Amino acid sequence: MTVSLDCEQVAKRLSQELPGSVVTVEKPAIVIRTERLREVAEFLRGNPDFEFNYLANLTAVDYLDYFEVVYHLVSLTHNYSLVLKVRCYDRVKPTVPSVVDIWRAADFQEREVYDLMGIVFDGHPNLKRLLLWEGFVGHPLRKDYL
Amino acid sequence: MTLKTEPFILNVGPQHPSTHGVFRMRVTLDGEVVVDLEPVIGYLHRGIEKLAESRTYTQIIPLTDRLDYLASMTNNFGYVLAVEKLGGIKVPERAEYLRIIMAELMRISSHLMAVGFFLNDLGAMMTPVLYMWREREKIMDLFEMVCGQRLTYNYMRVGGVSQDIPDEFLPALKRFIDEMPRFIDEYEQLLSQNEILLVRTKGVGVLPRETAINIGASGPVLRASGVKWDIRKADPYSIYDRFDFEVPVGSTGDCYDRYWVRIQEMRQSVRIVAQAVKQLPAGEICVKVKQPLRLPAGEVYGHVEAPKGELGFYLVSDGSIAPYRLHIRPPTLINLTALRDMVIGWKIADLIVIFGSIDVCLGEIDR
Amino acid sequence: MEIEGHEPALSAWNIDVLEGKRIEELRVASQQPIADPDNWLGAELRRNILLTTVDYAVNWARSRSIFPLMFGLACCAFEMIATAASRFDIARFGMDIFRWSPRQADLMIVAGTITWKMAPAVKLIYEQMAEPKWVIAMGACAISGGTFRESYSVVPGLNRIVPVDVYVPGCPPRPEGLIHGIRLIHRKIMSESIGKR
Repeated sequence: MTVSLDCEQVAKRLSQELPGSVVTVEKPAIVIRTERLREVAEFLRGNPDFEFNYLANLTAVDYLDYFEVVYHLVSLTHNYSLVLKVRCYDRVKPTVPSVVDIWRAADFQEREVYDLMGIVFDGHPNLKRLLLWEGFVGHPLRKDYL
Repeated sequence: MTLKTEPFILNVGPQHPSTHGVFRMRVTLDGEVVVDLEPVIGYLHRGIEKLAESRTYTQIIPLTDRLDYLASMTNNFGYVLAVEKLGGIKVPERAEYLRIIMAELMRISSHLMAVGFFLNDLGAMMTPVLYMWREREKIMDLFEMVCGQRLTYNYMRVGGVSQDIPDEFLPALKRFIDEMPRFIDEYEQLLSQNEILLVRTKGVGVLPRETAINIGASGPVLRASGVKWDIRKADPYSIYDRFDFEVPVGSTGDCYDRYWVRIQEMRQSVRIVAQAVKQLPAGEICVKVKQPLRLPAGEVYGHVEAPKGELGFYLVSDGSIAPYRLHIRPPTLINLTALRDMVIGWKIADLIVIFGSIDVCLGEIDR
Repeated sequence: MEIEGHEPALSAWNIDVLEGKRIEELRVASQQPIADPDNWLGAELRRNILLTTVDYAVNWARSRSIFPLMFGLACCAFEMIATAASRFDIARFGMDIFRWSPRQADLMIVAGTITWKMAPAVKLIYEQMAEPKWVIAMGACAISGGTFRESYSVVPGLNRIVPVDVYVPGCPPRPEGLIHGIRLIHRKIMSESIGKR
C-alpha cells in the first residue's frame, strides 16, 4: 500500500534542511515557495529518506486569484507518495521553474500546462504548444476562457 | 574519398497505417538511420478536461469512455473511484466484483489489440490481428450483454454499476475463461519463438531501468524494463488485495519484453476473472446516491492500473454539482517521452516496431 | 536538430507556424458553403446527354468494387476495423482491401472526431482521392461534433470541410450500421450518371 507521507512532518524536515522554502501546509499538499522549487525537488529526489524518483502527475489549476501547479511524487523504492504545490499570482505571464532535468516525466506535461493554462516553465528546453496549434488565441483551461 | 551525407526530414502521419490513429512524428534521418525524432500530437484533442467543468459528475462518465477507447471500462473505473474517494462513498460488494471482472476483461481485450497491431507493425499484415480479433469479439459480446454497447460502455456509476448482469452472462464468461488460456497458448506457439519476431524485437529499442523511472513510464513499458511496479499490487484499490496474481516483469526492456509482459498479463487477468467469478456474491449493485451529486470541497488524486499504464484522475471540487477542475493523467502520453530515446540509432523500419511496442491510444494522449 | 553546414528550408518552428495559419484559414473558410463540383456543366449539356445503358453498366461495376480508404480518427475506427474483420466481413460487398493511400481509394470512411488541427489533413486526403469519390461520415462526431460539439477544438460536422454522401449515426455505430451505410452508397452510385460526374 502506498503510504501518503504526513505533510506536516515533511514540511518540518524541509524547513530544517532548506529554511524558508515552505510557504504553508494545506492537506494533502505542501505549498512551496516558487523560486525554491528546484532546490526542494532535488532534495526530495536525492535524499535517501525520501527518494522521490517518480513524478506521477503534473498539472495546474486556475483559482482566479492565482495559478497552482501540482506535482504528485511517488517513491518507487519506499512506496511513498507526496503532493507538492507552487503558486504564481501573475496572470499576464505566470512563471514557474521547470523540473524537466530532475524528472523527465515533466517534459510533455509542462508543455501541456503551458499550452492549456499559459504557465511559462522557465528552463524548459522545448516549450511550445503541445495539443493546440500555433496561432491559437488564448489558453482554454483558464477560467476566464469562454 | 568520403561521401557527404545530408540529413533528411521525414514526416510520418497524421494519417499513416502504423501510427495507431492520428499520431505524427517528424523524423530526421541519416540514410535509413534515425538521428532525431519529434512527436507532434494534438490531432485528436477534444478538450475533455474543459468540457468536464460544465458537466455533472455523472455526465462525465461517458466522456471518460472516449479517452482510451480500447479500455473504456478501465477509464470508467478510474474516474468513479476518484469521485468515490473524495465523496467517501462505499460501494456494494457485488458491484466491486463486477467492476473487477469488467476491468480485467478489458485488459485482456486491450492487450490483444496491442499485441495484434504490434505484429501488424512488424509486417505480419492482418493475420495475427484476425486471430486476436476472434477473442476480442467474444469479450465484446460479453460487454454487450451487460450494457448493450460494443465499444463505449458507460457501465460504471458513482456508487456501483448501472445494471446487473443478465442470466446468460456467467455461463458465457465461464466458457470464455476455460478456453482463453488455450488461445493464449496458441498465440505463444505462433509468435513467441517465431524467428522473425525474435530477430526484429530482441534487443531493439531498449529502455534502461533508470530512464524508464525517470521519464515516468508506467504499465507494461515500465515493467518490461525490470521495475516491479503495478498499482494493483503497490497501492491496491477496490478489492484487488483479495486476488492471487503475479506481476510479470521483463529483464532488458526491449520490444520483445514489452510483448512478453503483455502476453503474461493476459494470463494473470484470466486468473483474476476466474477467482472473481468464483467469489461473486449476490446483493445490491449500486448504492443510492443523491442526484445531482455534490462532492465536498477538496481535491483528490485517484489512480488505477489501466492496460497501458497508470491512469490518474486529479479532481478538484468546490462543492457544486460539477468539478472545478478535472485533470486526467494519460499513461501513454508520458510513455511517449521514451520514444525519442529508444529510436535514435535504429532504422526507420525499427522505429515503427518500437512505436508499436509502446501501445498508444490517441484518444487518451490528446484527450 | 541542427546539423553543421546544413540550412534546413524550414525550421520546425516555421512549419508549426505555417500549419497553424492553414488551420485558421480553414476555420474561416468553413463558414462558407462548399461549391458544387458539377457547376461547370451547363444545364443544356446535362439535358442533352443520355447514357442509360452505359450508365447502368458503369455504375454496376463501380458499386460492386469500392476501394475504401483506411482513415480511422478515433473510437469509430475500431468498429470500422471490426466491420472489415472476419466476423462482419466487408469483403462480401466487394470491398476486400482497405487502401492506405488516398490515391488508390474511392470511398473515404471518416470514422471519429475531427479536430481543427486535423481538418487540413482531412481536406488534403479528400482532395488527393481520384474522382469518382464518395464520403461516409461515420459516428456522431463526424456528423455534428457529437458529444464534443461545444469544445473549442472540434469541427462541428465533417460537412464543414468536405461534401458528405452518407451519414451513419451512432456513438460508435455498430458494424451492421456501417454496412447499411455502405449499401446506401451502392444505391446512390446506381442512381448516378457518368455525364454528371
